[in-house]
Amino acid sequence: MRLVRLWPENSHFDFMRFRRVSFPLSAVISILTAVMLLTGGLNFGIDFRGGTLMEIQSKSGQADVAEIRRTAEGFGFGEVEVQEFGTAGEVSLRFAIQPGGEAAQAGVVQKARDTFSPNYEFRRVETVGPRVSGELVQSGTIGVVLSVIAVLFYLWFRFERELAVASIIGTLHDIVLTIGFFVITRHEFNMTSIAAILTIVGYSLNETVVVFDRTRELMRRYKTMPAEELLNLSINHTMSRTIMTGTTTALSLLALVLFGGPAIQGFAQVMLYGVVICTYSAICISTPMLIYIGLRGSEAVKVPESRAAAAE
Amino acid sequence: MLRFSKSKIIATAAVIVIGLLLAVPSMMSREQRQAYLNAIPGWVPSWLVPSRAIVLGLDLQGGSHVLLEVDNQDLLRGQITLLRDDVRRILRDTRVSSQNGIQTIQRGVQIRVPDAADRDRLLPRLRELSQPTGNAMLGQTGANTIDINTTPDGAITLTYTEAGINERVRRAVDQSIEVIRRRVDSTGTTEPSIQRQGADRVLVQVPGLQDPQQLKALLGETGNLEFRLLAQQGATDVDLLPMDDQGGQRVPVERRVIAEGGDLTDAQPAFDTQTNQPIVNFRFNIRGAQRFGQATTENLGRQLAIVLDNRVISAPTIQSPITGGSGQISGSFTVEQVNNLAVLLRSGALPAKLTIVEERTVGPGLGRDSIEAGKMATYVAAIFVIIFMFATYGLFGLFANIALLVHVGLIFGLMSVLEATLTLPGIAGIVLTIGTAVDSNVLIYERIREEVRAGRSIVSGIQAGFDRAFATIVDSNSTMAIAAVILFFLGSGPVRGFAVVFILGILTTVLTAVTLTRMMIALWYHWMRPKALPF
Repeated sequence: MRLVRLWPENSHFDFMRFRRVSFPLSAVISILTAVMLLTGGLNFGIDFRGGTLMEIQSKSGQADVAEIRRTAEGFGFGEVEVQEFGTAGEVSLRFAIQPGGEAAQAGVVQKARDTFSPNYEFRRVETVGPRVSGELVQSGTIGVVLSVIAVLFYLWFRFERELAVASIIGTLHDIVLTIGFFVITRHEFNMTSIAAILTIVGYSLNETVVVFDRTRELMRRYKTMPAEELLNLSINHTMSRTIMTGTTTALSLLALVLFGGPAIQGFAQVMLYGVVICTYSAICISTPMLIYIGLRGSEAVKVPESRAAAAE
Repeated sequence: MLRFSKSKIIATAAVIVIGLLLAVPSMMSREQRQAYLNAIPGWVPSWLVPSRAIVLGLDLQGGSHVLLEVDNQDLLRGQITLLRDDVRRILRDTRVSSQNGIQTIQRGVQIRVPDAADRDRLLPRLRELSQPTGNAMLGQTGANTIDINTTPDGAITLTYTEAGINERVRRAVDQSIEVIRRRVDSTGTTEPSIQRQGADRVLVQVPGLQDPQQLKALLGETGNLEFRLLAQQGATDVDLLPMDDQGGQRVPVERRVIAEGGDLTDAQPAFDTQTNQPIVNFRFNIRGAQRFGQATTENLGRQLAIVLDNRVISAPTIQSPITGGSGQISGSFTVEQVNNLAVLLRSGALPAKLTIVEERTVGPGLGRDSIEAGKMATYVAAIFVIIFMFATYGLFGLFANIALLVHVGLIFGLMSVLEATLTLPGIAGIVLTIGTAVDSNVLIYERIREEVRAGRSIVSGIQAGFDRAFATIVDSNSTMAIAAVILFFLGSGPVRGFAVVFILGILTTVLTAVTLTRMMIALWYHWMRPKALPF
């Protein structure tokens, strides 16, 4: 039986060359994300924005979205986002947070239930008051920051300082680009998105750590090899594993995107994108970053400089 | 080298078999589980029988999640009223008078006693009001509940301290949980979960509940019941309270309370034998019966005011003295209203108003659909990965696939023992784990291939592959675990379910991808004595 091979054995590909493209590219995308985040912002779900979300399904299988919108806007609870989704007859309604504090939110649900329940089944109702949404924003932010710090400490403890710094840069890069995905696609940003970002943080480091484990091993074996060559070798050695794991992870996420249902699709899409980004950043961002940060403590200053001189 | 002792093989196999058996109860429906537990003969010790099962989250089985918050302002207002009454009593006892009465200030009360001798008599008594916070069991915090300050011009202020308020809030949450439990239980809903969350919140989760309206109506009332008298004309000490019967029109009610909800021993919904109207029958304890009997004897022909949460819900005329200690509340009620009222009266008053700060309800239809979609995605992901691993690594891929199936089985087994909650993001976690679990196998296999290519024999290549890949496996799983643990502590509900699955997945992957795979490869080597790697 002929087995599949996604990456040739004994490759000697010059990955470090990519940095001339990948560094400026990632920098531009990151800046673009920051600009768009400041101007447009994220499409916050009710977890973070507060308000009421309802998913209703027509009992007849046919939903009149225009009619629903007209009726819902007539409630006097401000603007209503009405969207058809999923299989026939499913409609989601999103009401903004109502002025008047926590107690004011309950009226929205009651009114909608009274109006729509004869013809529609209520599949999901979520109301998040202003205080809870504020706290969710806080804990989400703390979660992301804390995970970066915790992982930094772990890496510091397990690896040399230079490697730790390079992997953190890669991870931050992945977080920024993931947020960019949310900004550009207008995907709803909610508590599940925070879960996706944290998982991406884990995956991103996983990718980098595998390469750096090898880098460290090669550093001990080839004490005088120049940084660029050493890093190229590390990636070439681990490339078949990177591709394999990326593929299996992507395959399972693809199953989730295709069959997981609307409630989990968003999460799966973000994760699928994240896997691609993490693989890219491990190869094209964090590893080549070591050329600039330096690889071997005190020697590090000398090695890249002499290489740079040789290149010129 | 590549040897496994018999005992080690048996131990590994035993751990796996036990782990998988633990998952069995979770694979059954509730009825099947009951039948299977009944079918086990009585002489088998119960700890030998796997009986615990995974709990489905509300997002999968449908139900309501309501987060309530104790209204601190309301609680503080109540506390200040109590403090006022205490101060008034002490002033009366010590025969000291305050120059401008008892003023309510932001967090307490203020009185003005210019005479120093009066103050000296008063202050020790006032200080008795302040108690140390914390309880005797857990040690005291050193702070007091009330701060007492005096100024040279004779003003005395009593204010609740931060610690005092916090302690009151904490106690209020404990009391509320009890009251809510009694109220929810008496509506007959199944398996409600009621727990404290944070300092001032209560989380109520009721599986299967579709429309939480009735639940919310029950939780929204504090249930503070008082029996008073409607005021006669010209009476001065009165409150103007809205009356339900007359469309909320306000009526004067005497301030004096004859009996309270706390004096009730029982309350039951019933129908009036003559008018067939829904009513509530109630019974007093001895103290309540005495006071109620006395008041009804003295005020024959007057109207009673039954006041619930500062609303007059009923104002019957006292036609005869009620000395037996039981009576009824009638009004223009519906059957549901008397049911709720009886529940409220039976379960006692909430210490403070509760506000709903978050509500999430999932209908049973959506839950069922989510389970179906989740199952489908899990199967498809497993098939994708299994085919891909086999196509890439051949026989070794098959080993990895066996390890993968055991891995998923063990996650279910561990979740069953922990009675963990499986949510929709949790299912996503399982699917994702299917993709990442084989990472360890991939790391090992690639390393083996490399070592053999570098000139090692198969045995030593396999050995070196496992040894060298192990450090990397630990590092890469640790970084994933850190992110997952943080998610567990910060997330709530569904998202936490994802973190649980992910953490368990990381733990079991070491057993399956490393130990189990290694064992299979060792056995294969001893039986087949291969000359080359099968991939």
